[in-house]
Amino acid sequence: MHNFEFVKPSTVADAVKAMAGSGAQALSGGQTLLPTMKARLAAPAVLVSLTGVAEMKGVCMGDDGLSVGAATTHATVAAEARKSFAGLANLANGIGDPAVRNRGTIGGSLANNDPAACYPSAVLAAGATVHTNMRKIAADDYFQGMFTTALKEGEIITSVTFPVPHKSAYVKFNQPASRFALTGVFVAKFANGVRVAVTGASNNGVFRWKEAEAALSANFAAGAVAGLVVSPKDMINDLHGTAAYRANLVKVLTKRAVDAAS
Amino acid sequence: MTTISMTVNGKAVSGEVEGRTLLSSFLREGLGLRGTHIGCETTQCGACAVHLDGQLVKSCSVLAMDAAGASVTSIEGMANGDGSLSVIQAAFQEHHGLQCGFCTPGMVMATAALLKVNAKPTETEVRHYLEGNMCRCTGYHNIVKAVMAASGQDVSAIAAE
Amino acid sequence: MPKDGIGASTVRREDIRFLTGKGRYTADINLRGQAYAVFLRSDVAHGRINDIDTKAAMAMPGVLAIMTGADFAAMGGNPAGWHIPSRDGSAMKEPKRPVLAHGKVRHVGDAYAIVVAETLEQARDAAEAVVTDITELPAIVDMAQAIANSDNRVHDEIANNVCFDWGWIEDNRAAVDAAFASAPHVTTLELTNNRLAPNAMETRASIGDYDSGTEDYKLYTTSQNPHLSRLLIAAFVMGIPENKLTVVAPDVGGGFGSKIYHYGEEAAVLAASKAIDRPVKWVADRSEAFLSDAHGRDHVTKIQLATDKQGNFLALRTETMANVGAYLSNFSTATPTFLHGTLMAGPYKTPLVYVNVKAVFTNTAPVDAYRGAGRPEATYSIERVVDKAAHELGIDPLEIRRRNFIQPDQYPYTTPVGLVYDTGNYNATLDKLIDIGDLAGFEKRAAASKAKGKLRGLGLSTWIEACGIAPSNLVGVLGARVGLYDAATVRVNATGNISVMTGAHSHGQGHETVFPQVVADMLGIPASSIDIVHGDTSKIPFGMGSYGSRSLAVCGTAIVKATEKIIAKGKKIAAHMLEAAESDITFADGKFSVAGTDKAKTFGEIAFSAYVPHNYPLETLEPGLEETAFYDPANFTYPAGAYACEVEVDPETGQVTIEKFTCADDFGNVINPMIVAGQVHGGVAQGIGQALLENVAYDDNGQLLSGSFMDYAMPRADDLPFYTVDHSCNTPCTHNPLGVKGCGEAGAIGTPPAVVNAVVNALQRGGHKHVTHLEMPVSPSRVWAAMQG
Repeated sequence: MHNFEFVKPSTVADAVKAMAGSGAQALSGGQTLLPTMKARLAAPAVLVSLTGVAEMKGVCMGDDGLSVGAATTHATVAAEARKSFAGLANLANGIGDPAVRNRGTIGGSLANNDPAACYPSAVLAAGATVHTNMRKIAADDYFQGMFTTALKEGEIITSVTFPVPHKSAYVKFNQPASRFALTGVFVAKFANGVRVAVTGASNNGVFRWKEAEAALSANFAAGAVAGLVVSPKDMINDLHGTAAYRANLVKVLTKRAVDAAS
Repeated sequence: MTTISMTVNGKAVSGEVEGRTLLSSFLREGLGLRGTHIGCETTQCGACAVHLDGQLVKSCSVLAMDAAGASVTSIEGMANGDGSLSVIQAAFQEHHGLQCGFCTPGMVMATAALLKVNAKPTETEVRHYLEGNMCRCTGYHNIVKAVMAASGQDVSAIAAE
Repeated sequence: MPKDGIGASTVRREDIRFLTGKGRYTADINLRGQAYAVFLRSDVAHGRINDIDTKAAMAMPGVLAIMTGADFAAMGGNPAGWHIPSRDGSAMKEPKRPVLAHGKVRHVGDAYAIVVAETLEQARDAAEAVVTDITELPAIVDMAQAIANSDNRVHDEIANNVCFDWGWIEDNRAAVDAAFASAPHVTTLELTNNRLAPNAMETRASIGDYDSGTEDYKLYTTSQNPHLSRLLIAAFVMGIPENKLTVVAPDVGGGFGSKIYHYGEEAAVLAASKAIDRPVKWVADRSEAFLSDAHGRDHVTKIQLATDKQGNFLALRTETMANVGAYLSNFSTATPTFLHGTLMAGPYKTPLVYVNVKAVFTNTAPVDAYRGAGRPEATYSIERVVDKAAHELGIDPLEIRRRNFIQPDQYPYTTPVGLVYDTGNYNATLDKLIDIGDLAGFEKRAAASKAKGKLRGLGLSTWIEACGIAPSNLVGVLGARVGLYDAATVRVNATGNISVMTGAHSHGQGHETVFPQVVADMLGIPASSIDIVHGDTSKIPFGMGSYGSRSLAVCGTAIVKATEKIIAKGKKIAAHMLEAAESDITFADGKFSVAGTDKAKTFGEIAFSAYVPHNYPLETLEPGLEETAFYDPANFTYPAGAYACEVEVDPETGQVTIEKFTCADDFGNVINPMIVAGQVHGGVAQGIGQALLENVAYDDNGQLLSGSFMDYAMPRADDLPFYTVDHSCNTPCTHNPLGVKGCGEAGAIGTPPAVVNAVVNALQRGGHKHVTHLEMPVSPSRVWAAMQG
């Protein structure tokens, strides 16, 4: 990889300052960014490690829901959200592999917004709020297509707050090589309705399946989506699955997520 | 170049690194600990796995500077104090859990991490935990068997010689 | 007999270093003063090189040298090891394979320059600064289109991109066609044997070290056969005397065929080392491995089986297009022909067989032998068409196989495709499979699967293979350009311990443990007193290395022969020391005795006397106790087996899981059962990988779509089950003294059809009667699409 200046601030304020320089890039767990840099597909001049920012780590329950620090690893979320938000904990526990889960973070995943990443589906389905050093961004505004987000230059995600659903589950169908989601569906049931977010399937990145939300809000049972049709239009068609196949998975996994929701 | 210090296999070490120096390179080239292997550059194969402050990580996807001040254990630190094979290492030998040996350091490190959090893993749990460690030789049969044996479980009912 | 002799599941001594991080692979070797190399590789599949401007790159920090294809143009090419004539008698097309591409680049990843610098990152930085002007040409990717289009050529001089059009056996063709014309039933199947990336966990690496004082070259490299590499590099490519080059293959992290071959990078680092008078080290990234290692398989085949109404096989014929990629790798021409066409009888007494193979150049990475090499392709074709025939005729797949097996009393059995099977018993392994795989319990398990909402299927494969390829004089007639013997030296040291120098190379097979078991057994001494030396051409006799499941059958036999010479000489020495006739000396349990007396000398006493020859027949016998043997086998060995695979298919997602996998193999005599089982496990995993997961895919422009572990699905621990393996049915090989057959490739050969047969069976049982075939890898997407009709 190209060389860079390495900075490791210990506060958000210092991280923000370091990010102000030209060519600066935040480094969270590095499980995607470092491979990208090794391939010389990214070449930041300054790499700002967030692994030393204590205030960006941890999981805690507050008035607005479950707050997860952006630099919290998947392993920590899997362990600490287990009681409060099992659907999220299970999702975190299925990302990558144990070693990746010990490094990778929720903030890194959301900033990158890989169309096959797991976390975006939970954030979108739960209607979470993405907190940055500048503002709060609603999930529905945050995701703007594959690898594209509402984040501005130099903006750092500090935490994510999840309203905790009454029932939820994430069901992921692995892409066999990368173990990312070939398709993954997060179903979240709230008092005022159901939200369904789908990752891995669409050329436009994570999306809400509104028809399923309506059907499940009326009747939270797997059978409620049986009659729905998912269009293969805009679905990803690649080596690992056709667009039609992914469209099928969206429906099958949604049914399974409803069955699994707790 | 920046000088960093850390504890590796219980010993205080230091060395010069660039921003881009990976923990795996620091171990292999900086410290001469060549048991940590590189099998890919996409954080997939697990041959480079070490413990960083007690947690399993892929050392090819951690910057050396980010590990400054930390405590690292690599395969070279896994044998018993007298140099004899640890329980995990001995189980891998006893059950033929390695062939070419290239993935082996990562497998041993992953096994040690697993057994710390799950003293008696089931077959399914072992297979799931090892999903980030690729082996091309063994078909995993004897690796899974070795891990279960290392946890003190009776593996005599599992097929093979 | 020592307890760690033949038949013991001795644990491996090499494990100690591997388990403690002390293995030493090529990438672990650092020579004083070494510089680092990276290669510039084409990012287009096909193009004409107009200019390579290295001026700016040469001025970059730390850069020591940049060499391009032009610097190697005067050198020789990397040759194909086997000449395959076409049906019309014409010679095969054999374009030069240069060290570095010159004039044209012919596949994505084709290396055209080497950049050497003080550090690896400096070399990479400089490589980015090289400005290359390439005019992209239309890529030739699809084999049928390559043959059809005479204007678009991978090699300008080769019209229609055909390397050869081979018929086997051409004289049988008319009889085969006649049999088809009158056959009561013909089953036809078109199938693809998917292209695979070998993916040894250790990537290729090479260090060139030129000594300007002695003008000697030394190459540390990831090789399965250092002597073969030395011969190719010295005699064919670089044109230097063989004795001026030493090739060392230290610990090697898996090969599976991909490290048999000489690759241009090896010659390039040697030349670069000479140019800068310093060692030059190169270690491939995984992405380079995907682009430039020889791939495996990649056949497109139409196979037809003619039968009578009772399912007796009358004739079989195939037409195959075999992709050889952009250049001929060393065994690329042998793999789809003499390692594939000659296997087309399988374990069956099909009286008439004809095989046609067209080898086709494309703008893709070279394709060569990968674990099994030709035999998996043959076995897959046969075992799939047999299943399909059984289905069409309404005969049980097990029964149709049994009905057509060559019978135990028919050996030696001459097949219609030119092999003579020396021994075997296919009913025995099938019976064993039925027993240990509990095939009788399948319906019960299928019912349990159904209760879970899953479709269960059972697939069989009864396979045979030919390995330990031989004999040299026959293969020479057939076009081989190398010998297929091996060599060993047994050196008994003065104090009675032993060093065995072997041409075999261990890269996971456990030779350091197994070969001493053999010698220990013969000499009656502990295996721990015996060491194996391998992998260094300056230390070992000229052997051909390890590939094609030959290590024990061929190299091991050379060790046996050399050890027999040691015993014979020991008898002479003992006769002198014991004042008896040589013919009265017997050797057993480590002692030379005078028959019928209690007079004896231990092996150690004889060894000491050989080196301190005070009481020794110096007039008639040389001192010392060291013997070399070369062994050229009389025939292949023919391992065989029966495999059963049970799968579950998720009808909603098409996901296939392997629920049960059982192998009953016949490997002849077994030296170390633990290691044999491990070899089968690994082969089965690669076979399951081919059947369900793995696929090298290029797009229409020749861009590699599966260029990393993010897109090339390697089997992982949670993709696979425990396997049940057995090798108790054995018919010892009749022509080697150990009675052994190869076991390393078995799993990769026998497994893919068992898996695909099982998935097809599951779908048919689940009501999808129209599904008669699925292409590998049988991905969830493909299975789901098949179920949609």
